[in-house]
Amino acid sequence: MLRLAALAAGLLLATPAAAVMPDEMLADPAQESRARTISKDLRCVVCQNQSIDDSDAPLAKDLRLLVREQITLGKTDAQVRDYVVARYGNFVLLKPPVEGDTLLLWVGPFAVLILGGIGVLLWQRRRPASAADTPLSDVERAELDRLS
Amino acid sequence: MLAEIGHYALILALLVAMAQAVLPMLGAVRGDAALMAFGRSAAACQAVLIAIAFGALMTLFGQADFSVALVANHSAISQPLPYRLAATWGNHEGSMLLWVLVLSLYGAGIARFGDNLRTTLQARVLSVQAMISVAFLAFALFTSNPFARLSPAPLDGAELNPLLQDPGLVFHPPLLYLGYVGFSVTFSFAVAALLEGRADPAWARWMRPWVLAAWVPLTIGITLGSFWAYYELGWGGWWFWDPVENASFMPWLLGTALLHSAIVTEKRGSLAGWTILLAILAFSLSLIGTFLVRSGILTSVHAFAVDPERGVFILAMIIGATGTALALFALRAPQMKSGALFGSISREAGLTMNNLLLMALTAVVFLGTFYPVIMEAVAPANKISVGPPYYNLVFVPLSVPLLLLVTVGPMLAWKRDDLAIVGKKLLVPAAITAVLLAGLTAWTGLANAVAALGLALGGWLILGAVLVLVRRWWGAGGFSWRLVRTTPAASIGLALAHAGLGFTTAGIAAMTTFAAENILVMRPGETAVAGPLSVTLRDAQEVDGANYRALRARFTVQQGGRETTLVSERRFYNNSRNQTTEAGIGVSVLGNQYVAIGDVQSDARGQGLVVRLYWHPLVGWIWFGGLLMALGGAASLSDRRFRIGAPQQRSLPLAPGLVPAE
Repeated sequence: MLRLAALAAGLLLATPAAAVMPDEMLADPAQESRARTISKDLRCVVCQNQSIDDSDAPLAKDLRLLVREQITLGKTDAQVRDYVVARYGNFVLLKPPVEGDTLLLWVGPFAVLILGGIGVLLWQRRRPASAADTPLSDVERAELDRLS
Repeated sequence: MLAEIGHYALILALLVAMAQAVLPMLGAVRGDAALMAFGRSAAACQAVLIAIAFGALMTLFGQADFSVALVANHSAISQPLPYRLAATWGNHEGSMLLWVLVLSLYGAGIARFGDNLRTTLQARVLSVQAMISVAFLAFALFTSNPFARLSPAPLDGAELNPLLQDPGLVFHPPLLYLGYVGFSVTFSFAVAALLEGRADPAWARWMRPWVLAAWVPLTIGITLGSFWAYYELGWGGWWFWDPVENASFMPWLLGTALLHSAIVTEKRGSLAGWTILLAILAFSLSLIGTFLVRSGILTSVHAFAVDPERGVFILAMIIGATGTALALFALRAPQMKSGALFGSISREAGLTMNNLLLMALTAVVFLGTFYPVIMEAVAPANKISVGPPYYNLVFVPLSVPLLLLVTVGPMLAWKRDDLAIVGKKLLVPAAITAVLLAGLTAWTGLANAVAALGLALGGWLILGAVLVLVRRWWGAGGFSWRLVRTTPAASIGLALAHAGLGFTTAGIAAMTTFAAENILVMRPGETAVAGPLSVTLRDAQEVDGANYRALRARFTVQQGGRETTLVSERRFYNNSRNQTTEAGIGVSVLGNQYVAIGDVQSDARGQGLVVRLYWHPLVGWIWFGGLLMALGGAASLSDRRFRIGAPQQRSLPLAPGLVPAE
């Protein structure tokens, strides 16, 4: 049902024809491969959660061509990315930059792990001497040997 | 008339649920057996009433009664009957009805199969279950009535998109709902335990089958959804980190954690508070998954305002249920008895690590899904997007230690263990995995080391699963059939599920790094290469289908000396003016050949057909692993331990000739 709704919404925007077209591609395979990699990290800003590499929306096509144009102008990957961000803002990046605003996004999961680990350690500490800390007495050990 | 009967049954169900929410709880407090027994009858009655309502709606869809607004808006006469029936839950109102139906069926299940439950606990569980019912029945009746009439009735309804008329979409939503709603039962168990002030091994054993009952269909549902996306959407993607997918993935991750922490509580009495907390959170995430996604808030904060009545209701329910349960937890948990102690190297400690890592992974998905929405609300000037590159960067490193741990965990002894002893047990699989890793890295190159690591991890998991069974089957005196026959279903379940995770891991690793593609313009007779495939476009012609016209292209695919024929179609539906791509997929154990055709286009050599050729190595392992995990869960669920009943302090008199089972 949820997929259905999402898909139905998506269909209003796009026909199912897949994204990158042969006539958009750069002749130089190395350059084309760079373009594909960059495209995968850029969001089609009018779509729901699709990269411009995946989307068949006209705007995604424009952006794909823009990226390729910049590459053929001799820009580096970072320069191409900056160029697109300058026009569309951080919203266009599928991997948001690490900034004050997004710090929680990047460190949050690791914080959960570390704080959780500390919590478990404290909880273990607070309890009376744990099983591992009390060795068997000689009498107990003798009894254990007798049993086994 | 039928619509009115359904509507009426739904109102009656609400009244029954209201009584069920109060009376058994009162009975548990006062020790009144009659009031507690009422809970069981009420749960059954509620399920029957909602089943009548659901049956009525399904019949209305079957009869194509367009005087009911919902039927008119979501089905048409030309639609095949199975898809008309499936349209019952293919819309908001109908899916709400399915939701309450599943909820009441679980309630009836607790009443029916809960014979061995402490009566007071059962009564409280049923009451909490009914409180959830009241909220959702009220939601359905007051904001999303599925039986609203339409006057005048139209002659035909609105046709459902042909792309959505697919078997995968018929079963996908009910399976997900079985999972989501199943966590309502564990939620009720958690709240009931807090009310009783008691969460002992018996409680955990009663609850565990219900965790599995939710987890298994959720696993199948997610796997099916991924597979459907792969073959239907036309470019071979199998997971998109889409909010809709994430919504089902979060309860799955927490449900998996719950599954494991409940084992500790059952076997050792420890981690009871933690288990309760996980049960509460798993259900909260299910609620968030089902409803916040639907409210449109994930697209934009502003979409929420389009339908404020429903949105506010949903938000109130989520906050009410989660908030009350968490407040109760804060109040009661510190007073509850904690279980046995355990050392820092022990099965308990391993499962605690498992839980921490699964929590962290859930946090990744949660933050990734909701951060953009929060940012939009807090700092509208600096909107951000979170997509696959983020998840790859954060989710993957956190899942590696978890995957390493999966094979270690079952080798650990309860209470306390020695690293040297565990190391000795794991020597063989560790050595094989190391050789595998070295070999794969040498073969695929250092640049693909991450993929080699993923594949080796898959091997590590499968070896670990085999090791569990091997250690059980080879006793002190060598291999023994007696040991094979007496293997508990739970151990087989563990081995299957862990091996399944191994297959999925290997599949993901291979697919992420070694998939090959070639997008180009082809003319009949031409041959192109994609990875190990050599593909020749044989011919392309127009054909007529039942309600569409199609361009059909036939391909000859050569791989390793073997030749297969694949057919891909591009369909144009006249009525709805839709286009779909039917990919041609050649399936094998080692990978899938995937061809899909697009528009007609020109290149340097003239006009031709846009063709996408893909090689998807080990992609089938992803879903095979998912199904194996679900199978493992089902095997675990069939363990006789759950049917014999839970350990209780008070022993019941046994019938003559019977021996205590454990």
